[in-house]
This record gives sequence, structure tokens and C-alpha cells, in this order.
Amino acid sequence: MLPEIIITPISVTAMLRGEIDHHSAAAMRAAIDDALRSQRPSLLRLDFSGVTFIDSSAIGLVMGRYRLTKEHGGRVQVCNLNERFYRMMRMAGLEKLAQLSLKELRMNG
Amino acid sequence: MNILNEMRLTVDSRSVNESYVRVAVSAFAAQLDPTVEEISDLKTALSEAVTNCIVHAYPESVGRIHIITQLFDSGLVRVKIRDRGCGIPDVKQAREPLWSSLGGERAGLGFAVMESFCDKIRVYSNAGRGTVITLEKTIQGRGQ
Repeated sequence: MLPEIIITPISVTAMLRGEIDHHSAAAMRAAIDDALRSQRPSLLRLDFSGVTFIDSSAIGLVMGRYRLTKEHGGRVQVCNLNERFYRMMRMAGLEKLAQLSLKELRMNG
Repeated sequence: MNILNEMRLTVDSRSVNESYVRVAVSAFAAQLDPTVEEISDLKTALSEAVTNCIVHAYPESVGRIHIITQLFDSGLVRVKIRDRGCGIPDVKQAREPLWSSLGGERAGLGFAVMESFCDKIRVYSNAGRGTVITLEKTIQGRGQ
């Protein structure tokens, strides 16, 4: 599923959705890279709140976007990870490349 | 340890089939009443093995991927993923984390992920003839 891309003057946010595997990552990558090349944002945020499955292709997706964002001096945040995705990304050492954060819980009231 | 059930699946090495294989095998393994976490582990490891066939075994062509899933009364799930592709010249190197023959968008973590989400993996490869990967995971299940 293609991510929704939200652009501000300083940031690009990709709202990733569905399953991220080698097949689906290709189209996601193209959509994010279009925005990165045209906006050259100082912050790229990859939002995993709508993601239901990842394999190592998602790690490759983050690594590749980190390289592209770094080219123009930007940084990467990976947010709304569930515990499983967070664990996999830590295992891959992604916290050295990007700021990783877990899913935020909303309290009522 | 007795075998309870077996399922054989053959698909073309097209990337669109990655999600189908995950769903088919996890639906079959659901007979062992696994937890959501156990099913996710199996799906993730399987996804890496099938992706390897598509990306590495048949890089320039479409071949067949054979997946045999066996369920045992001990709770063991054994999944064999077999291709007749190019084979892995150096299995030890291929299993090293962060090593990838392709680089670029591939993180080089396929085997590391399989190892971390399964109890045991076996890799048997013959250069020019193909590869068999065996994934084993014991399901404790929701009842325990």
C-alpha cells in the first residue's frame, strides 16, 4: 500500500501502511524518494502506526532512506513502532542511524 | 514425535507471492493453536527465506519455490523452502549479519532474522543446483 506523504517546509512524513516486505517496499521506496528529492527536508519521519508486518526489507527501506536524507544533511526519525518492530530495528543497529520511538498510547479523558 | 499433518505449496518466484506464502503457511500452522507472537515469528522467518529465493536464487528469471510445511504432535513446525536456483557459493558468509551480495536496499539480515525468530535453521546449498532452507519452531501455543 502506498504511503501518504505529508510535507511541511522542514519535514517529510511518510505514513506507512500495511505489510512491508521485499515486494511492497519497492513502491513505498519510490514514493518516499520522490518526496525526498523534491523537498530535501531536514527531517524525514517514517511513521509505522499503520504497519502490520515487517521483515528485513523494512530495515533496508530505513537504511536506504537514511543514506538519501543524509546526502543533503537531513536526519531520520522512525516513529510509532510496535515492540516487535522496535526490537528488530534495534537488532539491526538502526538506532545509530535514526531516532527510533515506540507507539504512543492515547489515554481517554 | 509423530507428524500430524503436511502441506505442500509450489509458487513462482514472483515477489507478489511473498505475502501469499506467509498467509498460507501461517493459516496451516494455526492448527497448533499458536500465539499471535509465534505466528508472527514464523511469518517473518519464512518471508526472509522466500525473499532469498526470489532475489538471489532466481535473479534474472522466474523459477519455482517449493514449500513443505510439517506439523508434529510435539508442537514443532518444520518448514522446508526449496529452490532449483543458482545456489549459495559460501553459506557461512551468506549467514553473516549485514553481509549482502547485493548491497543497496538489501540489509543483509535475512539469515540473522531467520535465526532469531526460529529455534533452528538449516541451510543446504549446491552451487548451480539450488538451496534448501529448513526452519524449525516449536509452538507452545495459547493453551499454556
